[in-house]
Amino acid sequence: MAPLIEVKNLKKYFDVPGGMNHAVDDISFVINQGETLGVVGESGCGKSTLGRTIIRLQEATDGQVLLNGEDITHVKGRKLHKAREQMQIVFQDPYSSLNPRMSVEATITEPLKRSGRFHSKAELNDEVDRLMKLVGIDDRLRHSYPHELDGGRRQRVGIARALALNPSFIMCDEPVSALDVSIQAQVLNLLMDLQEELKVAYMFVTHDLSVVKHISDDILVMYLGQAVEKGPTKELFRNMLHPYTKVLFSAIPSTDLDHPMHRLQLKGEITSAIDPEPGCRFRARCPYATEKCGQPQQLEEIKPNHFVSCCRVREINDL
Amino acid sequence: MGKADSNHVPKHGKKKRPNEAWKTFKRVFKTPSAKLGGVLMAIIIFCAVFAPLIAPYDPYTMDLTDLFATPTLKHLFGTDAMGRDVFSRVLYGAKYSLALGLFTAFIGTMLGVVLGSLAGYFGGIVETIIMRFCDIWGAIPGMLLNIVISACLGTGFFNTILAMSIGTFPGGARMTRGQILAERSKEYLEAAESINASKTSIMFKHLLPNVISPTIVSTTMAIGGNITAAAGLSYLGLGIQPPTPEWGALLSDGTTYINSYPHLLLYPGLVIGITVLAINLMGDGVRDAMDPKLRD
Amino acid sequence: MSTENNSFLSVKNIVVEYTSGGDIIHAVNDVSFDLEKGESLGLVGETGAGKTTIAKTILRILPDPPAKMIGGEVYMNGVNLTTLPEDDMRKRRGNDIAMIFQDPMTALNPLMTVGDQIVEGIQLHNKNLSRKEAEEEACKMLEMVGIARRRFVEYPHQFSGGMKQRVVIAMALACNPSLILADEPTTALDVTIQAQVLELIKDLQKKYQTSMIMITHDLGIVAETCERVAVIYAGEIVEMGTVRDVFKNPSHPYTIGLFNSLPNMVEDNARLTPIDGMPPNPAKLPKGCKFNPRCKYATDACRNKEIPVTELTPGHVCKCCNLNRGDK
Repeated sequence: MAPLIEVKNLKKYFDVPGGMNHAVDDISFVINQGETLGVVGESGCGKSTLGRTIIRLQEATDGQVLLNGEDITHVKGRKLHKAREQMQIVFQDPYSSLNPRMSVEATITEPLKRSGRFHSKAELNDEVDRLMKLVGIDDRLRHSYPHELDGGRRQRVGIARALALNPSFIMCDEPVSALDVSIQAQVLNLLMDLQEELKVAYMFVTHDLSVVKHISDDILVMYLGQAVEKGPTKELFRNMLHPYTKVLFSAIPSTDLDHPMHRLQLKGEITSAIDPEPGCRFRARCPYATEKCGQPQQLEEIKPNHFVSCCRVREINDL
Repeated sequence: MGKADSNHVPKHGKKKRPNEAWKTFKRVFKTPSAKLGGVLMAIIIFCAVFAPLIAPYDPYTMDLTDLFATPTLKHLFGTDAMGRDVFSRVLYGAKYSLALGLFTAFIGTMLGVVLGSLAGYFGGIVETIIMRFCDIWGAIPGMLLNIVISACLGTGFFNTILAMSIGTFPGGARMTRGQILAERSKEYLEAAESINASKTSIMFKHLLPNVISPTIVSTTMAIGGNITAAAGLSYLGLGIQPPTPEWGALLSDGTTYINSYPHLLLYPGLVIGITVLAINLMGDGVRDAMDPKLRD
Repeated sequence: MSTENNSFLSVKNIVVEYTSGGDIIHAVNDVSFDLEKGESLGLVGETGAGKTTIAKTILRILPDPPAKMIGGEVYMNGVNLTTLPEDDMRKRRGNDIAMIFQDPMTALNPLMTVGDQIVEGIQLHNKNLSRKEAEEEACKMLEMVGIARRRFVEYPHQFSGGMKQRVVIAMALACNPSLILADEPTTALDVTIQAQVLELIKDLQKKYQTSMIMITHDLGIVAETCERVAVIYAGEIVEMGTVRDVFKNPSHPYTIGLFNSLPNMVEDNARLTPIDGMPPNPAKLPKGCKFNPRCKYATDACRNKEIPVTELTPGHVCKCCNLNRGDK
């Protein structure tokens, strides 16, 4: 059987003042039904663009997106609508992702009406009830407007809207990074419960490695539009091989007082992906960079299913 | 919003409609200022409709024995240069001026909103064409435009409305486009796209309600301006023709005698002022009623 | 907390309320703490807990109205800041106390070069310096925060987010303040940049023996930059002590809940343990312990009584009347 989502050499370039922004550059991966891929990287690494291109909110420049084996990269009209019903999105900012003039009920009802699956008001209402219960919104909030809800509840409304069309894939664009820790944990648990129950697959985009560790089966680390490391979560956390992954991991402020993280210091700031030179894009900041890094890099399977794009990976990690 | 909703879910769909309209009505007139605007407007509209019953004199009958009478109980607003009762003329003129002000402002704004939304939402070449057109159109002085259109179409009530509406849309278009550009990057629009909402639905259900507030305010402001601008056209002999007692015409008649008989200017001016105030107060009420943040 | 002490900074019983649409919002409810010279204190809590309001109260930049300081005092080196004339207070801001805000994009004037902005700050607080001297000083500050001297003449939009925050830090430090109030200084930054900026703040604080109040929602940042920590919930300090005491032996159910909500990087636990419910509406705070509606140990006493502050070990205090509960 074909995997649920298969992304092949996807590219998305933007024409910007000063050149061509290589926001997503040759990314490939597979997501199976009911599984989660965590996509990790810092702002501007193209992780959100990648997600939006897959669910067709943006047009790919090159490459392919297959949904259940069918190429949907450039489908239009009814086929596009059909594909979109399968692929939904939950946004980072629960403030701007809800229409301030639509009540909770109206927000959840809208996709239901679009689906054409419901023929009476009563059916619609029952479905809204079911969805609200599913994501844990109290029925008394049915007629509330977004500004009357706190961030966590708003995010639940956003999740309910995404679930309304019975999708098999949800792209979660930093869904908890705008929430407080205690609420963040509630929403993460909700997403995991929903996956258990509905067998929905997630692409979980975030800058926070500690969050994806909990929810992902596989992890893809991106830097300036390119994949630098990819592998099963457990394997990747046990053996971080790419220097950037190590840096990203060690940069998370740790609450562990007894084992202070050995922090890898980076020089400089994130450069840009506008007309990048060939070779490793991380080399400007990488502590291990040599001249060799100016050569074009390839993702290479270092261990079973564990891919790294670094020509010095073996030297650095004594493999 | 009722607590009983959840228990009577299937029914309330049908019951809701009249209820909702009444609720909206109540929301519009929630604040004291909106109530005041509503009452004033009701009085003005009542006067406009029942002018023939209320007016003590015929607005066209001249009384050459009683020119420039100062306001008394006999002539509440005095009489004009031809001895016509100004109060009666104001009453009769109400329907022309109200219709003129409302229609021109409304049509002009609608035109502006539609063009501005198209430009803001679609961007690219559509935007360039619409906005450059608005720039060129807006560069022609409004009065000149009115004169040209009126001269082409001929005078008369409807032609005046048309001329003035066409003259005012660039401002509305520019404002709407600006609002839409600010709103377009919000994620709820992407969300709407991802649930397969059509372009029209995104535009009318999601985008427009969120950018319309300043437009309502500018529309109500435009009404007053248009009533007075119509006077200018009348004065040039291009608007509504005398002896029709349109308010703008009353004003421009009054200016001739401003030094000797200020009441000819004062009373029509006051009525226009009160009307504009009433419309503005109501406009604020409508704007607030549409914004869920201000409802409770 | 004694009334007679020689702490560098002493915040005593401050109470701040906001009025909003007829409601009274109890933003800060009787908060007291001391800070020594060169010490750094973390204020942790969730959105709306009142952390920023505490900092603004110390600096006396509360927006009044709607905010109003109802009670309490702030002493710095024995001087009561709360009763200081506004003119004197203005001199202290920037000179003695500097604040670093969360959003570096809004803290900088987009129409002035970063160099000029630093120079302006230096000259405002040290009028004897000539323009040349102030410029030299500003260049030194830029170099100190790791920005090349040549970028003196550039405008804020030419800097990245992390660079801008460095500029803001340089501006804050330009007058050599004795107290820094850092309000979520790295929240708007990427993790790798955050690590650099935190490192920088820590180094500079050590080097100049500056006292610091670090406001954050991130327990990890507290662990890395602070010696003591105060956990804020609904405008109150529910637990305070050295970072080691509080992190090793969290005692208030809210503090424990916060730690349990964090994804653990070391262990492989599949589910997180969130705190149930939502933070209370600050206009309608519950009676008794403010945390009682979300607390699984809540008793009648928690719902009705004023909760006393208990000193667990020297310097480790906790505002909970149920410290001998099952999990301890």
